[in-house]
Amino acid sequence: MQLGFLVDLHLCMGCKGCEIACKVENEVPLSTWRLRVKYVDVGSFPETRRTFTPLRCNHCENAPCEKICPVSALHYLENGIVNIDKERCIGCAGCVMACPYGAIYIDPQTQTADKCTYCAHRIASSMMPACVVACPVQANIFGDLDDPTSNISKYIQHNQGNVQVRKPEKGTNPHHYYVGGGNVTLNPLASHRVDGHQLFNKITTLPVGGHH
Amino acid sequence: MAAHEILAATNAVVTLDVALPGIVWPWLVTVNMWAKSIGTGVIFMLFLLLRKHPEAAGSLRFPTTVVSIIFIHIFLLFTLADLHQPFKMWHIFFYPHLTSAITVGAWMATAFVGLLFLLAFLSFIKKDNAAFDKTLTWVVILAIPVTLYTAGLMSQCTARELWQMPTESAQMIFAALLSGSAAMILLGGSKLDYEAKKTLGVVLGLSAMMSFILYMSEYVFGPMKAEEVAAVLEYIKGDGPYTVMFWLGQWIAYLLPMLLIVLSRTSKSENILKLAAILALAGLWLVKHVWLIIPQLLPMS
Repeated sequence: MQLGFLVDLHLCMGCKGCEIACKVENEVPLSTWRLRVKYVDVGSFPETRRTFTPLRCNHCENAPCEKICPVSALHYLENGIVNIDKERCIGCAGCVMACPYGAIYIDPQTQTADKCTYCAHRIASSMMPACVVACPVQANIFGDLDDPTSNISKYIQHNQGNVQVRKPEKGTNPHHYYVGGGNVTLNPLASHRVDGHQLFNKITTLPVGGHH
Repeated sequence: MAAHEILAATNAVVTLDVALPGIVWPWLVTVNMWAKSIGTGVIFMLFLLLRKHPEAAGSLRFPTTVVSIIFIHIFLLFTLADLHQPFKMWHIFFYPHLTSAITVGAWMATAFVGLLFLLAFLSFIKKDNAAFDKTLTWVVILAIPVTLYTAGLMSQCTARELWQMPTESAQMIFAALLSGSAAMILLGGSKLDYEAKKTLGVVLGLSAMMSFILYMSEYVFGPMKAEEVAAVLEYIKGDGPYTVMFWLGQWIAYLLPMLLIVLSRTSKSENILKLAAILALAGLWLVKHVWLIIPQLLPMS
């Protein structure tokens, strides 16, 4: 079994329901996020559009975070999920530095690394991840990539030629796919990030782990 | 932020996102790398001096070992201070993950500390120079991977394109030679004759030159290879936030010491050599800090 995720960006409307569901399900502390939806505005008036990109851990086949972790706190589960053992983590932040997707953070309460686990605890009870359940337009598709009859496999087959991963050049082989993505949505270098100028939030950066 | 061609075409702007994490590895890690360079560098230099100038270097066996012990402990202390869970450090020894450069480095550094204490015992308690020199060979061999493992660690940071193993490992070795020779020039005092100090000056000057060439190579040619490297190097170009610190570091660590070493050789001045050593040690911290911080300024997602 190889669990994977696919987000159809044609469907996502940026409601952030997944973001909130994740926060609640996993009790993610203030100032940190396991899953977030990034808005990027493209074009010049009147030819403009807004894109929405949910960003979470990519559960890479060749995960840099797993390799760099000195104590195996980050480890693979049999179903392909890259999981984290917070009890074992020493908080060296090597994983935060290694992840090319910025998906790992230091939990300010426990001072250990944390990230999306595809809701491994829910999967163990045969439930879908919280973000999948919360999505009102079924933009999040989750399932077994090894099973050709699973929804995610069928979706990938149906959208051949339009399935992307983030930063494929890194050689991490993500198990998280996007349909309808492009340079602007998937490449952070392809958009301006103006300090302090956002719709509802003027904070651009926060201290790692609440101190340092 | 680097201006990419794509921006002009799409005018893409992030209009809503969460706050991104700030600097993950702060100045504590700079001190870690700086102190380790000195800790292993003085051992390399003691080995060199004992072969090239055995008479003059004989009395430096114990003082050099003590200096190495002090700086390796500064390195270990700051490594520990940088952990968010320092009291779980022991997990590295009981749950080791051998694909991690952090684990391998921690094990090697521990063995290195053990050998340093053995050297101190042999020189101070047993006063056995033959046994010291024999052990020193093994300590020097171990000092090489201890110096290099941080380069491995930086290279394992897939997210940070700037840090590539070949250049980082060369930089680590040159930093150890630079800081080791500088520290020995200062430590030598009246015990080292001028000829021995001249040898150290040559090592200092050459390692400064090689480091400078490497940094300039990355500065000029790095952006031609990868978009991320180009974006990161924008932070030290033009009116970038780290431009001043970068060039200050290059001048203080490399260019001025090189000039001063030439000057000290022509004027046979030990004081000028000492000034070069002090500048190299101070500048190395700046250079290391800039190179540590700038890849962390780039948004990863």
